[in-house]
Amino acid sequence: MAVMTYREALNLALREELKRDPDVFVIGEEVGLYEGAYKVTQGLLKEFGPKRIVDTPIAESGFTGVGIGAAMVGLRPVVEMMTFNFALLALDQIVNSAAKLNYMSGGQYNVPIVIRGPGGPAHQLAAQHSQSMEVYFYHVPGLKVVRPSTPMDAKGLLKSAIRDDNPVIFIESETLYNVKGEVPEDPDFTIPLGQAIVRREGTDVTVVAYMGMMYRAMEAAEELAKEGISVEIVDPRTLQPLDTQTIIGSVRKTHRAVVVEAGAGFAGMGSEIATEITEEAFDDLDAPVLRVTGAQAPMPYARNLERLKTPTKEKIADAIRRVCYANGSR
Amino acid sequence: MAVTKVVMPKLSEQMESGKVIKWLKKEGDRVQSGDILAEVETDKADVEMEAFGAGVLRKILVSAGSTVPVGSLIGVIAEANDDINSVVGQAGGGAPAAEGGAKPASEAKAPSDAAAPSGAKPDMADRPAAVPPQPRSEDPAARKPAPSKGPEAPGSQRVQEVVAQQPRTLQTLPSGDGGRVKASPLARKIAAQSGVDLKLIQGSGPGGRIVRRDVEAASTAPAAAAAAAPVLRPVTPSVTGPEYEDVALSPMRAAIAKRMPLSKAPVPHFYVTSEVAMDRGWELREELNGLEGQPKISVNDLIIRACALTLLSHPGVNASFQGDRIRVFHRVHMGIAVALDEGLITPVLRDVHAKPLAQIAVEARDLAERARQRKLRAPELSGATFSISNLGMFDVRDFSAIINPPEGAILAVGSVRRVPVVTDDGLGVGRRMALTLSCDHRVMDGAMGAKFLQDVKRLIEEPLRLLV
Repeated sequence: MAVMTYREALNLALREELKRDPDVFVIGEEVGLYEGAYKVTQGLLKEFGPKRIVDTPIAESGFTGVGIGAAMVGLRPVVEMMTFNFALLALDQIVNSAAKLNYMSGGQYNVPIVIRGPGGPAHQLAAQHSQSMEVYFYHVPGLKVVRPSTPMDAKGLLKSAIRDDNPVIFIESETLYNVKGEVPEDPDFTIPLGQAIVRREGTDVTVVAYMGMMYRAMEAAEELAKEGISVEIVDPRTLQPLDTQTIIGSVRKTHRAVVVEAGAGFAGMGSEIATEITEEAFDDLDAPVLRVTGAQAPMPYARNLERLKTPTKEKIADAIRRVCYANGSR
Repeated sequence: MAVTKVVMPKLSEQMESGKVIKWLKKEGDRVQSGDILAEVETDKADVEMEAFGAGVLRKILVSAGSTVPVGSLIGVIAEANDDINSVVGQAGGGAPAAEGGAKPASEAKAPSDAAAPSGAKPDMADRPAAVPPQPRSEDPAARKPAPSKGPEAPGSQRVQEVVAQQPRTLQTLPSGDGGRVKASPLARKIAAQSGVDLKLIQGSGPGGRIVRRDVEAASTAPAAAAAAAPVLRPVTPSVTGPEYEDVALSPMRAAIAKRMPLSKAPVPHFYVTSEVAMDRGWELREELNGLEGQPKISVNDLIIRACALTLLSHPGVNASFQGDRIRVFHRVHMGIAVALDEGLITPVLRDVHAKPLAQIAVEARDLAERARQRKLRAPELSGATFSISNLGMFDVRDFSAIINPPEGAILAVGSVRRVPVVTDDGLGVGRRMALTLSCDHRVMDGAMGAKFLQDVKRLIEEPLRLLV
């Protein structure tokens, strides 16, 4: 195990897969000469050359379409979105082509493409660059959606995504690129898609959270431990397919659940998980499942308003107290 | 061309009258056999009343909210052009339409070849006022209670007198005072497993929701605390307003008020009380309840089992006074008194002598639960040969119960209390419970009751016997 940043873990995964499989190539804006807007592709052009690390014009629909076509004929493209908000420009390619070609061709084509880049709220990136983009994709049959919260997950899940024969949406986060953690250096280390993980064990309440929200939930759990509330935190890691069994198993133990998501709550991942819990574990629930979500509003630029829009440690802690019927809750 | 009389059905042995809660069909609605016509409240349960004839619900004679005796004509189903005036006139404002009330349709069906339908006019339904009611003097058969055989109606029509088919218990809870108990699903599950009555618990969750910790506190609290668990809110006495109010008897309260004097006055009660050491019974119960996957056993379940076994060897107590003879039962059907907000009800656990403890626990809990929801079926409410009434959850030392005729005895169970007891070498603390047997002196004598109670006591004090 080596300690490295989330960014370095992604870079290592790409390098290992480029070495392992000559069909893998990277394509996107500034991935080559500039070495990536967030330096995830640092050093790759020098090591693998311009045929494998391909700079493109600013044309998301175009280079995503190139990636899909390449995948159809046997390559394994890794398409970088400078930020995932830009994937909106390639939505038709992703939703109507990448997700559906295997089905519509009766299995004659598959599309082993990975589309990756940072998404979700960061620091004062405002309305158009702070969106939790996963919601646009996990609804679409045919796509897998990954949100890795730690350096180890970033490496293990990106390698699984590249090796997967289906299109995988892989959304990182600007706020996590500098987070450090232990990462196995073994080039055969992978984490299967569709497996949640228990980040913290507890007995009183299950909190489901990923990415930045998972870290805020961990902070809330530390604080609540002093109040005698034992919080278990489950990180789904892959949103589609969702590992409901790990989530349900945890709720059967704790009897209460809070789901946290950074984006707006309406018809979000929190709604989906809350419903799964209610359907599967109704008789084990001692309280209604609560959601802590972003406000139903565009992300403001102003720092104070950004804080109001976003789930904070305090909001998460308060929801946990409420499902536990604990004193101090509103 | 059949006219179907809809009468108040007799749904239990004790039922003498019933109240129409609401009509689900209105006059003029077309009904098929099996359609639910109305909801009826009896002294025991709320049931749905099915139509047993097809046609148009031509007339509703008893409006929602009214109570009428069993057998009263409450509605008429007929084809649109059938003459129903004679049938309606016969009802006489809700009086019983026929002796005995309920009759299977096949029995009550009049011969259809009595006369050809010739006089009916097709436009009658549209203009009923235009048709004068049949003069009573001309048609004696129509206003007298029908004899059990022969034509029951004017010759031009075939009349079916019908009651509800197999009554179906309502799926909905009665929306009485306070409505349903609010409890989390987990709290309900734990309460069902541990035998805690959610109605006796005050919830600590939002809006008074009962949550897990409330049920756990109630099931581990000592008896005194459990009895105090019902809401004790300070009541500020009102100095204005009326001094009293008269509350109408619910059908259940009316039934209790009527039946209890029928027991206490003619049945010469005598009472035998004994104190039972519960230390080993308590331990055994805790041990059983600690087993994974076993149904939770209550103290009452132990007593039911002990009585059932003892009654087999004391058939004289499992007996009923029948005027000129005593009926001794060879099987034990155990009545279990269940307290409700508006009274009490005694569902019957059948053939309890042949059931192991776990089965008794599961079935007794199910009966009590459905009794509270008023979801019991009529056959579950009669036929007991012996009854148990347990007020242990209310911190009651002992009490005597009134026999539920025609049963010969009833056992009253007090709380399990921790009391000082004399041991071989001084004083100790033990668990004790008082049992009081009320006996019908026409059926048995003091010594019979005492010997029965002695054997019940022995079984409970050597509780492993309850398991074999």
